[in-house]
Amino acid sequence: MSHPVLQIENLQTHFFTDRGQIPAVDGVTITVQKGEVVGIVGESGCGKSVTSLSVMKLVPNPPGKIVGGSIKFKGEDLVSVDEKRMRDIRGNEIAMIFQEPMTSLNPVFTIGDQIGESVRLHTKASKKEARARAIEMLKKVGIPRAEAIVDEYPHQLSGGMRQRVMIAMAMACNPELLIADEPTTALDVTIQAQILDLMRQLNREADTAILLITHDLGVVAEMCHRVVVMYAGNVIEQGDVRTILKSPKHPYTIGLLNSLPKLEGSQERLYSIPGNVPIPGSLTVGCRFAPRCDKVSDRCRSEMPELKVVGDNHLSRCWLTE
Amino acid sequence: MAEDLLIVKNLKKYYPITGGVLGGEVGVVKAVDDVSFTVKSGETLGLVGESGCGKSTTGRSLLRLIEPTSGAINFDGIDVMSLSTDAMRKMRRDMQIVFQDPFASLNPRHNIEKILEEPLIVHGLGSSAERKKRVQEMLEIVGLSSYHASRYPHQFSGGQRQRIGIARALMLKPKLIVADEPVSALDVSIQSQVLNLMQDLQREFGLTYLFIAHDLSVVRHISDRVGVMYLGRIVELTTSSQLYSNPLHPYTKALLSAVPSPDPDAVRERVILQGDVPSPAKPPSGCTFHTRCPHVTEECRTVRPEFMDAGDGHFVACHLYKS
Ligand SMILES: Nc1ncnc2c1ncn2[C@@H]1O[C@H](COP(=O)(O)OP(=O)(O)OP(=O)(O)O)[C@@H](O)[C@H]1O
Ligand SMILES: Nc1ncnc2c1ncn2[C@@H]1O[C@H](COP(=O)(O)OP(=O)(O)OP(=O)(O)O)[C@@H](O)[C@H]1O
Ligand code: SF4
Ligand code: SF4
Ligand SMILES: [Mg+2]
Ligand SMILES: [Mg+2]
Repeated sequence: MSHPVLQIENLQTHFFTDRGQIPAVDGVTITVQKGEVVGIVGESGCGKSVTSLSVMKLVPNPPGKIVGGSIKFKGEDLVSVDEKRMRDIRGNEIAMIFQEPMTSLNPVFTIGDQIGESVRLHTKASKKEARARAIEMLKKVGIPRAEAIVDEYPHQLSGGMRQRVMIAMAMACNPELLIADEPTTALDVTIQAQILDLMRQLNREADTAILLITHDLGVVAEMCHRVVVMYAGNVIEQGDVRTILKSPKHPYTIGLLNSLPKLEGSQERLYSIPGNVPIPGSLTVGCRFAPRCDKVSDRCRSEMPELKVVGDNHLSRCWLTE
Repeated sequence: MAEDLLIVKNLKKYYPITGGVLGGEVGVVKAVDDVSFTVKSGETLGLVGESGCGKSTTGRSLLRLIEPTSGAINFDGIDVMSLSTDAMRKMRRDMQIVFQDPFASLNPRHNIEKILEEPLIVHGLGSSAERKKRVQEMLEIVGLSSYHASRYPHQFSGGQRQRIGIARALMLKPKLIVADEPVSALDVSIQSQVLNLMQDLQREFGLTYLFIAHDLSVVRHISDRVGVMYLGRIVELTTSSQLYSNPLHPYTKALLSAVPSPDPDAVRERVILQGDVPSPAKPPSGCTFHTRCPHVTEECRTVRPEFMDAGDGHFVACHLYKS
């Protein structure tokens, strides 16, 4: 039995700029089941953040606009709900953490005020109870001196501590879905390990589904059940984590994995995908990866392949894998 | 045996912390605190460690782009610390640096030809025609085309800008390149292009690299030997393969175990460190890692462990490895 929490279907989010219309997200379909951790990976500019901001209805408008598709959260279409309802959902039923927690923490309120606010929204606790709960949450996410930190301001904390505060806030509201956009990219590996551990805990203990955006395939391997690979605004491959990391089918995914320097093993020459990602908005016909693909054929240059089932729970957008 | 091109002894860089009503010196940040290492001619020495551990300060001190507080630097037989400003400028023909953010380090108002030609002009090398020819050659060498010479930095992608940064460093045919996080800002597919380029160039021109990065997989891939830094000190230094197959220092072990592996079958013992890195303005006494170390003893809290050879040139600073 499947219980989808989030169903993004054929999402199209475009930007209307002086340079013309930029199809940043161009027909993206992603489903997240209850309690599932789904990763979105891809290189800079491929549309990962715009996808997640679309779900939260936080795409800056203008210049951005959702021009097509649907986003269903527990069956409710978020594309058409009003801002008032969206405010209820955000930070409550859907929590978010971003790469730079400063953007989502309010600099003029103490940590305790901010976690307490989440708690009060959710439980109607008194101010005093909310504060006690905030301290408890801070301890839970491993913040030392929680009784003192609760009265400090965001700028007084390190990056890793701020990210832990964000997770504490997410835990406080017990969300159905957590959207995490590069939550550990700005952090050192040892701090990253702590944060990933906390997210895993949230997923296991509260059964919170997570949509995790990252460019790090190692993080994907450690965290995700399923992976969505994006390239230039499209999903190009999708499947469970083992399939994608062990037996990918799409030439881009294969190239990406072969480009990675390995911690274990030999130091042989790395594979490298030639060229660069296409400039957003540049007109293309055919497969978007064709200019960089070592398997390209004439058909690829003229016709865009569709995302097709290529195996158990496995989708790929490539003429070769048809 | 290759000879040592660079010998660094007891390098320190302390930044003063000013404050108080009179704005006087109230303390110091020990950004680099007694670091010693050598780099052999033609090898790549990697420096890894977490943010703020002093990697960049070390790299820049070697070229005296930052004036070291104390220590000895011997480069190609020359005592670098004793050089006058003018002699130091000449010395930098042989020691070049490549930065993480290629955009910030390229003058946006100059086209690529001008950017690449500049080091030659500064050092009074070649006629105008010769310089332009060298620019053309260099563009080809780093995988760009001669028509790129007339373009401006903003017209290039991140990976292309890093190629330009590398080309600029190579213009003077240096012996040593200090590469400070040269691929950290790049996507994986572009990162592998630049790493391959750097390896090709090293082979072709016999370059020596000091390669600074926080990504352990990248450092492992490119380096012959690796030094691990923590709070301004090198805590372990050995060959790349030794470091990964047989790490000795508890910090190195934790660091390695924290790197997520893209192989879903990788089984590893996870050491999750508690707490944050302490401030270098108030480093812990004794072994600076003692506040987070799972093997801490009383001695660690008071006595600073010496950085010494635990056998076969595998250096480590930890009381667990006293002979
Ligand atoms: N405010 C904006 N105005 C115009 N275009 C935008 C805007 N925000 C995003 N875009 C476009 O949308 C595309 C996708 O951006 P997005 O931020 O989703 O990339 P990403 O995959 O998250 O990349 P990164 O890994 O760098 O975070 C970009 O190429 C960019 O051109
Ligand atoms: N000009 C300065 N004045 C005072 N402190 C400084 C200065 N420059 C660097 N520091 C401090 O010195 C320490 C070492 O900094 P450094 O830039 O060398 O670290 P790093 O290892 O390169 O870190 P990163 O990985 O973040 O680049 C840090 O704590 C930093 O805050
Ligand atoms: S459709 Fe063609 S160009 Fe595109 S990924 Fe497949 S083989 Fe390569
Ligand atoms: S000296 Fe002591 S505290 Fe430092 S790393 Fe070794 S065992 Fe740990
Ligand atoms: Mg993004
Ligand atoms: Mg640095």
